[in-house]
Amino acid sequence: MNWFQRPASETQITHGGRLWLYAVGVLVLAFLIIPTLIVIPMSFSESQYLEFPPRVWAVRWYENYFGSVEWMTATWVSIKAAFWTVLVTTPIATMAAYGLYVSNIRAARLVFVLLITPMMVPVVLIAIGVFFAYTRLKLNNTMLGLVLAHSVLALPMALIVISAGLRSYDMNQERVARSLGASRMKAFLVVTLPQIRFSVITGALLAFIVSFDEVIVALFISGGDMSTITRSMFLALRDQIDPTIASISTVMILITTTVFLLAQVLGKSKKVGK
Amino acid sequence: MKPQPVLSVGANAKALRKDAQRERLLLFGLSFPALLIVLLVIVVPVGWLFWLSLFNDAGVLSTYNYSRMLESKSYLRIFKTTFNVSFLTTLICVLIGYPLAYFLSQISRRWAALGLIAVLLPFWTSLLVRTYAWLVVLQRKGLVNQWGIELGWWETPLRLVHNLNGTLIGMVHIMLPFLVLPLYGSMRSIDFDYIKAAANLGANPTKAFWYVFFPLSLPGLLAGITVVFVLCLGFFVTPAVLGGGKVIMVSMKIETLIDLFFNFGTASALGVVLLVLTLGVLFIAHKLVSLDKVLGSGDGV
Repeated sequence: MNWFQRPASETQITHGGRLWLYAVGVLVLAFLIIPTLIVIPMSFSESQYLEFPPRVWAVRWYENYFGSVEWMTATWVSIKAAFWTVLVTTPIATMAAYGLYVSNIRAARLVFVLLITPMMVPVVLIAIGVFFAYTRLKLNNTMLGLVLAHSVLALPMALIVISAGLRSYDMNQERVARSLGASRMKAFLVVTLPQIRFSVITGALLAFIVSFDEVIVALFISGGDMSTITRSMFLALRDQIDPTIASISTVMILITTTVFLLAQVLGKSKKVGK
Repeated sequence: MKPQPVLSVGANAKALRKDAQRERLLLFGLSFPALLIVLLVIVVPVGWLFWLSLFNDAGVLSTYNYSRMLESKSYLRIFKTTFNVSFLTTLICVLIGYPLAYFLSQISRRWAALGLIAVLLPFWTSLLVRTYAWLVVLQRKGLVNQWGIELGWWETPLRLVHNLNGTLIGMVHIMLPFLVLPLYGSMRSIDFDYIKAAANLGANPTKAFWYVFFPLSLPGLLAGITVVFVLCLGFFVTPAVLGGGKVIMVSMKIETLIDLFFNFGTASALGVVLLVLTLGVLFIAHKLVSLDKVLGSGDGV
């Protein structure tokens, strides 16, 4: 019996009868992955039109990128903003997740919903609201303003991940520590936090990505020397197809992939530890 | 945490209960920093915008900004475009995402993990980067046209970008993971014994799928559809870049109103309507499936 006639599941359907499903599945996967990765080889093309496969390989667009003061400034603004966003979001999201989970009062549920509203409100509405408020507070084009706005956008993701971590943690361990004389603070830092650290780290890395990839709010509230890389890219894209952006895209893919691999590796050690 | 029994008996019961209550409030207070920045950055500014939207250009309280939306053909067209684009994107995502999720749920977990990486990779790649990639691939002299002409499929370059086609291709690519991931999760949790039972009772594979598997996958599908549709309603970057000015969505109109005319009243009114539509869709979805599932914050998940 060859593979085509073998049953694919316990409903008597054969692999042969499922061929169309396998074909569609693989095609859709190709649709997802090829356009995501194709800019990488294209960015090494000599030509203005970014051929694939490149006829002449060159690092011309990378020289353009790394040689440009504006692009470099914007890159550093984005990286700095993302780091600060992690530093702001992680502690407040952890505190909120812990407080809401442990206090267990009726208002906690309501506050949780309120804290994840940034995920439900259309980003463009948040953007013009923040822009309007910052105009009065003179926070436009400042790092503080950018970090504050990005922290709010990153909060829901971090909160959800850390809350999920707490739910799968046995709170009795903290009670044991406290009955043995540890203060609540100490019990949290010494017993609970080390055990939920993987969700906290995942939350922090997600916060980094949210800030690093954010376009719309930055479009309104950042500018000049405080322009983020995504804002500059977006404005450049609206005018023309600048091949330099292919090299920037490759660098951005590299950065986000590194961050996510980090999350994967750190998440793995959790299972080993258990 | 449930109150411990020691709190309900003994001479100190009352004082202990009070103490426990006080500690809970104290712990609840840990959420205040997060609450504060959400209030400062979202609630107050958006509330302020809502307030602004209630005044006309002369600064008099009126419903002008809202009634204008109903009367003006151009605003109605923008809402229609937004709905059409969101609907089409969601529909295409379902048509290609459902088979993909089903495919991944039917193969061994090891192969599925590999497939999921292919779904997650675009998910974590910047939206702007992917939009740019499509712009390059779909342009007049881009890869698709180049290959299509070389293979003799078509003769003159197709207009694939700077119009509705490009917008839809780009948006489907960006939204697909949002549909596939919850759908795959719910399909994996379906107890395959039900399908086996259907087969055992004489249903052929097609019938077993449509009568048993498909209905069981509906909650996951609905959760995915809701997320995709809601995200589409407020979409900005991809239609702005790939639509070439021909596809005007509500969020793009809002940006133009602020950027060019500094018209906060009208922009806010549009934003408020967009928010109400979004919350409306979420509410309807909540009535059909638990919203916790949609937002991924469920107690049970």
